Amino acid sequence: MIWNREFETLSRKRLAQLQTKRLQSLVRKAYNGNPFYRGKMDAAGVKPTHIKDISDIVKLPFITKAEMRDVYPYGLLSCDVNNIAEIHTSSGTTGKPVVDAYTKKDLEIWSEVMARTLASGGTTAKDRVQNAYGYGLFTGGLGVHYGARKIGAMVIPISGGNTKRQLQIMHDFGTTVLACTPSYSLYIAEAGKEEKIDFSKLPLRSGFFGAEPWSENMRKEIEEKLHLKAFDIYGLTEIIGPGVAAECERQDLLHVYEDHFFPEIIDPGTGEALPDGEKGELVITTLSKEGTPVVRYRTRDITYLDHSKCGCGRTSVRMHRILGRTDDMLIIRGVNVFPSQIEEVLLRMEGVEPQYQLVVERRDNLDYLEVQVEVSDAIFSDEIKNLERREKQMEKELHEALLIHAKVKLVEPKAIARSEGKAKRIIDKRVL
Amino acid sequence: MNIQQISVFLENKPGRLANVALILKENKINVRALTIADTSDFGILRMIVNKPEQANEVLKKAGFTVKLNTVIAVEISDREGIFYDIMSLCDKNDLNIEYTYSFVEQHSNMAILFLRFENGDKAIDVLTKNGYKLLRDEEVRKI
Repeated sequence: MIWNREFETLSRKRLAQLQTKRLQSLVRKAYNGNPFYRGKMDAAGVKPTHIKDISDIVKLPFITKAEMRDVYPYGLLSCDVNNIAEIHTSSGTTGKPVVDAYTKKDLEIWSEVMARTLASGGTTAKDRVQNAYGYGLFTGGLGVHYGARKIGAMVIPISGGNTKRQLQIMHDFGTTVLACTPSYSLYIAEAGKEEKIDFSKLPLRSGFFGAEPWSENMRKEIEEKLHLKAFDIYGLTEIIGPGVAAECERQDLLHVYEDHFFPEIIDPGTGEALPDGEKGELVITTLSKEGTPVVRYRTRDITYLDHSKCGCGRTSVRMHRILGRTDDMLIIRGVNVFPSQIEEVLLRMEGVEPQYQLVVERRDNLDYLEVQVEVSDAIFSDEIKNLERREKQMEKELHEALLIHAKVKLVEPKAIARSEGKAKRIIDKRVL
Repeated sequence: MNIQQISVFLENKPGRLANVALILKENKINVRALTIADTSDFGILRMIVNKPEQANEVLKKAGFTVKLNTVIAVEISDREGIFYDIMSLCDKNDLNIEYTYSFVEQHSNMAILFLRFENGDKAIDVLTKNGYKLLRDEEVRKI
């Protein structure tokens, strides 16, 4: 269901006009009302008058997470602090947290984009939404809460954790919509199985999962175990929280609510814009935010954009589910390589387990990539020629996907160190 | 006529063989014959042992990738020219050999040649028809 038909199906031309108008207003406010942004724009030699069209956005400087932290707590504020109605922050596990300050209007926009998110997965006023995202400074809990309220659904604000209680509430109140992280949904499914709960007998029908990367395989698993349709939703505290983009009922790429959040894909190395379909770093600008506007935030999330029209009728650009992080990206002989691409190739091959490690070395000024793959029982052969054939086959497939040569080396199982289930995937031995 | 052989995947790293040897020792498994095939990256250790099923189990438990498969064991007299006799016989009959290794018995003047053929059944047929004695699994274990 399309929540806001007017804005979600706006013609591309009218959308661009709206985006231009909003960007101009945003840049004016940031320049005039915020010394940090003014300093950045002056350093880049850009004035608000230089923005004549949405495409002029590329003239504006990027902002990074590190810069946002530097100006903690109020440095991004571009309005009177008395107009702020609510504050959220990132967890701050890797440093000072990033602050998201919302005016009353910002909270309305947040409710609006979250209503779109939940509605695009079929949520209506008749639904009972079990919101197992954490409530508090974290944006997940209240984001979903506001969206569900806006739709008029019944909210069960259970927050995260206490799985037994989650199952009890789900059963007793007849939850129809579940919102949590994808990994927690599987945890609930497992716990439910132990409690002998038959999810097919519960009225659950949709789930909205985000806040961490997941895969198509995980979707299949969640849908099978919980008997619901699982939707990927995307957002981040630096921008607004959840509500930046979400899948529609076709579950084919995530619609970006680009009347509020303008997405770009850039080459993380050069900062140059990349065309549709090419993987790169997602950059987002909050076109309508008042409290803490964000101009060209480098998300470090890797994805690509697709401007082709979706069959659902929405006209917005769509993004692929997050494919990885630029922190994991390797540049090998000038080519960007993401571990997720390699994993994709390996998973396609019969008998190959996704246990791999990438080793990069530089010899005589040239980069060499070695992909170490653990030998599973399924691919082990007593004959060298069969194992070498496997290696060659993987090398060929990797070359087709990465466009560079990677040497494949078979290693013993468990040779790749695992810590807390998360394997160390990259060893970069290059000394630059 | 097929003899059980155990194959272990090994990385070319110091200490890996010693590790396998220790596990066999701790489980009182005796190695009758062995060979290592290697590339620049990895090796395959092939062994004839007195307790192949147990070896398979304990090595797997220790995290190795292991496979039980079969080879043919031909008992031959330990004399010059015998290796040629067998090889030329195989050649004449288009028997493709994947690999071979041998072992000399201590208390007799006999030797055992272990062979892995592309077509094992045909090889058994040709060898027995030409008077070669193929050992059975129990016989090899008793050596």
